[in-house]
Amino acid sequence: MTRAVFERQLAEVQEDMLVMASMVEGAVNQSMEALRLRDVAQARRIIENDVNINKRRFDCEDKCIELISLQAPLASDLRTLISVLHITTDLERMGDHAEGIARIALMLADEPPLKPVPDLSRMAALAVEMLHGAVEAYKERDTQRAREIVLKDDIVDELYEQIYHELIMTMVSDPATIQRGTYLIWVAHNLERIADRATNICERVVYLVEGRVYDLNVSKY
Amino acid sequence: MRQLTSESPTIDAEDKLARMSIEQQIGRAVQPAADAIRNPPEEAVFRLHDVGVWYGNKHAISEITLDIPLKRVTALIGPSGCGKSTLLRCLNRMNDLIPGARIEGSVEYHGANIYDRTVDPVEVRRRIGMVFQKPNPFPKSIYDNVAFGARVNGIKGNMDDIVERSLRQAAIWEEVKNDLKKSGLALSGGQQQRLCIARALAVQPDVILMDEPCSALDPIATLKIEDLIRELTREYTIVIVTHNMQQAARVSDYTAFMLAAEHGVNGQLVEYGATTEIFTQPRDKRTEDYITGRFG
Repeated sequence: MTRAVFERQLAEVQEDMLVMASMVEGAVNQSMEALRLRDVAQARRIIENDVNINKRRFDCEDKCIELISLQAPLASDLRTLISVLHITTDLERMGDHAEGIARIALMLADEPPLKPVPDLSRMAALAVEMLHGAVEAYKERDTQRAREIVLKDDIVDELYEQIYHELIMTMVSDPATIQRGTYLIWVAHNLERIADRATNICERVVYLVEGRVYDLNVSKY
Repeated sequence: MRQLTSESPTIDAEDKLARMSIEQQIGRAVQPAADAIRNPPEEAVFRLHDVGVWYGNKHAISEITLDIPLKRVTALIGPSGCGKSTLLRCLNRMNDLIPGARIEGSVEYHGANIYDRTVDPVEVRRRIGMVFQKPNPFPKSIYDNVAFGARVNGIKGNMDDIVERSLRQAAIWEEVKNDLKKSGLALSGGQQQRLCIARALAVQPDVILMDEPCSALDPIATLKIEDLIRELTREYTIVIVTHNMQQAARVSDYTAFMLAAEHGVNGQLVEYGATTEIFTQPRDKRTEDYITGRFG
């Protein structure tokens, strides 16, 4: 090891990114819980906490730019920093989607409950599973796992389609549900986007290891 | 669109996933080939085959096989003592001037072996010019520095035109055009190096070899030389030895990484390919370790 200081800085910025990923995963889980339990306080906490997720993204970006400009990284070091820049951007947007779900939880809190949509929970679980798996694949530099994870995006897309049509049918049969139904479609849309961004992270894992960017799975939406 | 119910979701994609073989699932991208020596897919000026150099009983470099493409910049990188300069000097028979040096293998220049007994090494060095680490202008005027080589080599034409064209090509004309009688030694280090490049150009070479041409220059002079190197590829083939990795990345089209068993012994080619690939996705771990500074 001949670049101990740089090695440490490179490890730190990746550690910051992993902490951010864990914050985002928590935000997605908690926003769905706030929606399910009609927990207004929790929804507000998620909305407030999004600022911290955003801040972490900008801190990571600053550190990457500093390392690129001062340390002139090459090869896998350069790919690592480029990957961190992309992944933190995706994580930050996932945090925004969690915040979006929390805002819908707030808007629905005072409304009478709509008929349960179990696929929504299933979709959320899959999206979080994809995010978690993508981050694990990053940690392990496991391109096979990354390529397996992206296939789950097809399932998320199908669930989205099912939820969409189910809610449309509900709204058509009872126009009084239109506002609540529309809000839940937004929730599903946020989850669908989270899965897409987990796919982006998987693509970065492959880039990090193999040096090329592949479109691993083109989302229907 | 089929009827959808929330009670029993039917997930085609899940079934599809289960039915896919693992090869199908992960085989969407092809792994890059593992070959570390990737000759440029372009016309070659030099073709080196199994080149080795001995200094007395010391085997300095061995088994170097690579093509150097026309009108491109090829950088030779590697730690001190890996044989970069030795390899560079093979390209214009400069090693002939070192007592006890001998070469094995073949160095073809436009298809002809430059080590053939019928080849005149002076003519080789006219066609394949060289610029050294430290600027070494003659203690003569700027004009004579450029004109000297041209006169000695019998270059025909108006000497004033040759001097002006060479100084322009070396991107120093505007700075010296009113001081052509001034001594070359009175110029700054960066200007002296560009004067030496002009001197090399005046004999109308085909290839210019550069052995760490910027190592004695400040950053601004270095950037000027680097810009000049890029400009010169319109007409010339350039091979450059550099210790500065960023410089190799900035100026070269192709990069060769060399490594020796120990300092000055048995230097070998580890990896060769397009500079963009070498610096972003090297295929040999030793290249990766060297360019990321984890060597040793």
